[in-house]
Amino acid sequence: MDITAIFLRLGEGMTRSVLIFALTLALSLPLGLLVAFGRMSKWAPFTCLGDVKSKCSGKFSRFMPVSLIIKGWIKCLHKISGFKPISFIVKVYISIMRGTPLMLQIMVVYFGPWYIFGIKISNAYQFSAVIIAFAINYAAYFAEIYRGGIEAMPKGQYEAAEVLGYRRGQAFFKIILPQVIKHILPAVTNEVITLVKDTSLAFVIAYAEMFTVAKQIAAKESSVMPFVGAAVFYYVFNLIVAVTMEKAENRLAYYQ
Amino acid sequence: MNEKAILEMRNIEKRFDELEVLKDISLTVHEGEVLAIIGPSGSGKSTLLRCATLLETIDAGYLGYLGNKVAETGENGRAQYVSKAELRKTRSYFGLVFQNFNLFPHYSVLKNVTDAPINVQKQSKSKAINKARELLAKMGLEDKENAYPCQLSGGQQQRVSIVRALAMEPQILFFDEPTSALDPELTGEVLKVIRKLAEEHMTMVIVTHEMAFARAVADRVIFMDGGVIVEQGAPEDVLGNPKEERTKQFLARYSEEQ
Repeated sequence: MDITAIFLRLGEGMTRSVLIFALTLALSLPLGLLVAFGRMSKWAPFTCLGDVKSKCSGKFSRFMPVSLIIKGWIKCLHKISGFKPISFIVKVYISIMRGTPLMLQIMVVYFGPWYIFGIKISNAYQFSAVIIAFAINYAAYFAEIYRGGIEAMPKGQYEAAEVLGYRRGQAFFKIILPQVIKHILPAVTNEVITLVKDTSLAFVIAYAEMFTVAKQIAAKESSVMPFVGAAVFYYVFNLIVAVTMEKAENRLAYYQ
Repeated sequence: MNEKAILEMRNIEKRFDELEVLKDISLTVHEGEVLAIIGPSGSGKSTLLRCATLLETIDAGYLGYLGNKVAETGENGRAQYVSKAELRKTRSYFGLVFQNFNLFPHYSVLKNVTDAPINVQKQSKSKAINKARELLAKMGLEDKENAYPCQLSGGQQQRVSIVRALAMEPQILFFDEPTSALDPELTGEVLKVIRKLAEEHMTMVIVTHEMAFARAVADRVIFMDGGVIVEQGAPEDVLGNPKEERTKQFLARYSEEQ
């Protein structure tokens, strides 16, 4: 294999890595916001059960054994009344996404349909599986970053918008979100840089991105040069990301 | 004085869990009237203002603007609010100036003042900008329209937030301790513009700790303590010659501190 052929193949891998990167960001950034909303959801459909406590407490104290059981029941009802189903489900999802390796998640998304449901997987699914796994994993991380930013916003900003008559959506997208973005930008930069390097994990299902290609060529040619090439690629890619994000931060530095 | 009632509150009750914050408060503000509310912290005066501006909901009682009902105790004994659309309309009747300004930091002064008139009230851009420039000039801020809030002093920020409220052309303006977050040397400039508004017969409700200011500007002073209106009347009576023991105590402690 001559040097141009190696470069050509590495170039193809590079394009695929950039594609994974771009698609993941395009999907997980908005998805993350949605997940953050779910995580912050205050919807509690069983609140009516909480009223039982205030109505019943103190009525049964004379019949000790019976009263203990009833008190237990009331306590239980009270716990259920505060239960927020959406927030809970999203919490579990985030916990799984952050608590298991992304490599494993890619494998589950790719092989899962076959092993769990017996659906035959085509080669075309390989790329989709990579993008799905990356998007849902990164959405979980971005969601927590968004949540941190949104919850850190002073209440006064919402109140000022409310008094001025902004609708809730208007207030969020015009007043709150722009400020949240400014504050979370450094944390997002961190994630984006990690994502550049994480694209190499797609090798686990033999998707021919940069790292997979470099490994194949290195094995074939018994040379470390493809790895050096890969390293340079990831480094330059991240340099571009870091510089771009810094520029974005500077553009938003006009206010505090 | 004109007898048209702008704000009407009757038998307002508000509690946070076990704590009763407002107990049977009734209050009417007429057009052109300047009302000052004083009282120790925890007396419920800020909560009263937040209930009037719909930032808190009342538990029971009647709340109305310009003769239109906003909330009233229903059959179940709890206050029922009118529809969302009507509440939105109600918000156009009043403006609120916050203790810590709450300007939008990512917007320039001009955008802070014009964004709501343009995007909420759907005024034309040129009309909103002209009106904003006029108000900014009146408040001595004509050279600040392109500045961002972080580049302004506290007094300037508070004046911008007054302009922001006025740009919506409210019927009544509420002030929640407008000078409490300011350095003493900056309170004067803010009090001066409020005084100017009083001279123009802007209807205002001002929660304040500035007794001298309340005395000079207000038509009526209300002293609140423990969630009730203890005493009210002309400023020279309430502040100069209080009848209630609690008012006397408060004013005595206050003048000691001064």
